Amino acid sequence: MDTRLFIDFGSTFTKVVAFDLESEQLLGRVQVPSTVETDISVGLEEAFELLAQEVPFGQEERHRAVACSSAAGGLRVVCVGLVPEYTTEAGRRAALGAGAKIVGTYSYELSAAEVKEIEDLAPDIVLLTGGTDGGNKRVILHNAALLARAGAGVTNVIVAGNKGAYDEVAAIFAGSSKQVIFTANVMPEIGVLGVEAANHAIRDLFISRITEAKGINRVRGLISEVSMPTPAAVLEAAKLLADGLPGQPGLGELLLIDVGGATTDVYSVAKGLPAGGLVRMIGLPEPYAKRTVEGDLGLYHNLDTLVALAEREAQAGTELLPRPGADAPSALLAAQVEMLGSRNGVPQGGAGAACQLFLARAAVRSAVDRHVGSLRPIVTPDGEVMLQKGKDLTKLRWVVGSGGPICFSTDPVTVLKGAVFEPARPLLLKPKSPTFLLDRDYVLFALGLLAQRNQGKALRLMRKHVLPIEHERSALEPVTVGGSDDEGS
Amino acid sequence: MEYLGTVITGTVGVDAHVIGTKIISRALRDAGFKVIELGAQTPPEEFIMAAQETAADAMLISSLYGMAELDLEGFRQKCIEAGLDDIILYLGGILGVSRRDFPEDEARFKAMGFDRVYPPDADIRAAIEDLKGDLARRRAARAQGY
Repeated sequence: MDTRLFIDFGSTFTKVVAFDLESEQLLGRVQVPSTVETDISVGLEEAFELLAQEVPFGQEERHRAVACSSAAGGLRVVCVGLVPEYTTEAGRRAALGAGAKIVGTYSYELSAAEVKEIEDLAPDIVLLTGGTDGGNKRVILHNAALLARAGAGVTNVIVAGNKGAYDEVAAIFAGSSKQVIFTANVMPEIGVLGVEAANHAIRDLFISRITEAKGINRVRGLISEVSMPTPAAVLEAAKLLADGLPGQPGLGELLLIDVGGATTDVYSVAKGLPAGGLVRMIGLPEPYAKRTVEGDLGLYHNLDTLVALAEREAQAGTELLPRPGADAPSALLAAQVEMLGSRNGVPQGGAGAACQLFLARAAVRSAVDRHVGSLRPIVTPDGEVMLQKGKDLTKLRWVVGSGGPICFSTDPVTVLKGAVFEPARPLLLKPKSPTFLLDRDYVLFALGLLAQRNQGKALRLMRKHVLPIEHERSALEPVTVGGSDDEGS
Repeated sequence: MEYLGTVITGTVGVDAHVIGTKIISRALRDAGFKVIELGAQTPPEEFIMAAQETAADAMLISSLYGMAELDLEGFRQKCIEAGLDDIILYLGGILGVSRRDFPEDEARFKAMGFDRVYPPDADIRAAIEDLKGDLARRRAARAQGY
């Protein structure tokens, strides 16, 4: 036996997963409500106790455990760039790929009022970009000067802009109380994305300083380390699952959707090149492994936003599922939502389950809408040409579901269908006929953590636990848009 | 002859119509400008890199195949990232597909950040006078610290 424990400190639940790496078997998985507001180690101890009922482990296994975290608001980043579509956007992509939650985005010269806003946001990191290498220096110097003088809300600054400005930026910050880290430009040339270095700088800072500030260091001494934000672990897992290893093939290009209590994250590991026809790509190049997150779409913490989204869809007549309790919609939905909000888990039947499916599907649909690319037709002397911005995922083969509200759902297929191409909206490049896979035991984050140490074992375990969903017809199979209310017939 | 400034010329995108930009380049040289001639089928990024390397004062971009809007999307913003904040941008040629008239094209490209926009039948001598005026105004603005 080589028992290894992996922990996720989530915003809603603290999860512990145990694998035997010798036989490459899942030994057990438990989750308990997170205790971030009081003492994060309380929830961890509870989870360990619960796990000990099914899996034998001792002090040594505890001390070897590694964790990821999205608790205490996640890794909160403010992005400050120059032009919104260029260095600002490149900075945002670097932050998202590092598993961050972007709490503010600013372009051009910061104003005093904007600096005040950033101070009030008190982000874990300010990511300062602007200018290609050898390009614009004026704006990044202006913004550095304001950030250097900013109050205690600004602590860590990662600089990933025009390298020609670095000596002057360093001089500006000299003597300030800010921790400043310089890394490579997120956009070294016009139209070239270079987000890897900034991505790593953000993760390193997360491990070295930020877990401490968030009280996550209370578990220091109990376990080995909190090694990355949870979304970064899931992105690592997605990359490994898609690309495989030499002699150990992966699945190929895929889309992964992780619905959580506070957010809905979408990951694509795919080039997303045009599927065919007269198409020209515009905008910044897309990262091969790309993450987007809907910070306001969660099945526990942000139910209000999700209900509002569902209401808008209902009004526009674009909803894909009959609303649970169609005869008294709003009141019933409200009651179910209240129940979901207090229950802290995934209902396994009745009206609660129907409501949960309905809302999870709305979250998936909206999050994937915003992740994928879109087409815009223009007229040229050669006839109609399509402009593609973002990734074309219409031919993508795999859509993987993860996160409690999908993994433990009574009907994950219904939820994941929110990710599929809609003929009524043909310019939105969602997968047309994907096969749905499920992170059955909700262990992908753990395998992303394992992949940092042993990629081969992580990949083999993924192939065991990420499996097709049986296509059983559910009571909530989709109806045509604007169809009748004969739910369950 | 007095040196008036450095100007980049060329046709943008995959446009192969090279005669116009050659005439423009010749006229600019005769008028006393240093001309960096990129010729036909020049990607927008190459205009920017050439301007960075040569510390150019202006770009005179030609497009005669109706795809200028597509080729030049975000061009002024790219110049800003590249540190060419106040470079003077002129555009001329057959800019839109036939359905449009020139004032409409002119307004559209000015909104995209071009300083001046010329129809296909414009007189290059008038454009050169415009350029001299714009350069003088920019020198004055820079002297005042803008």
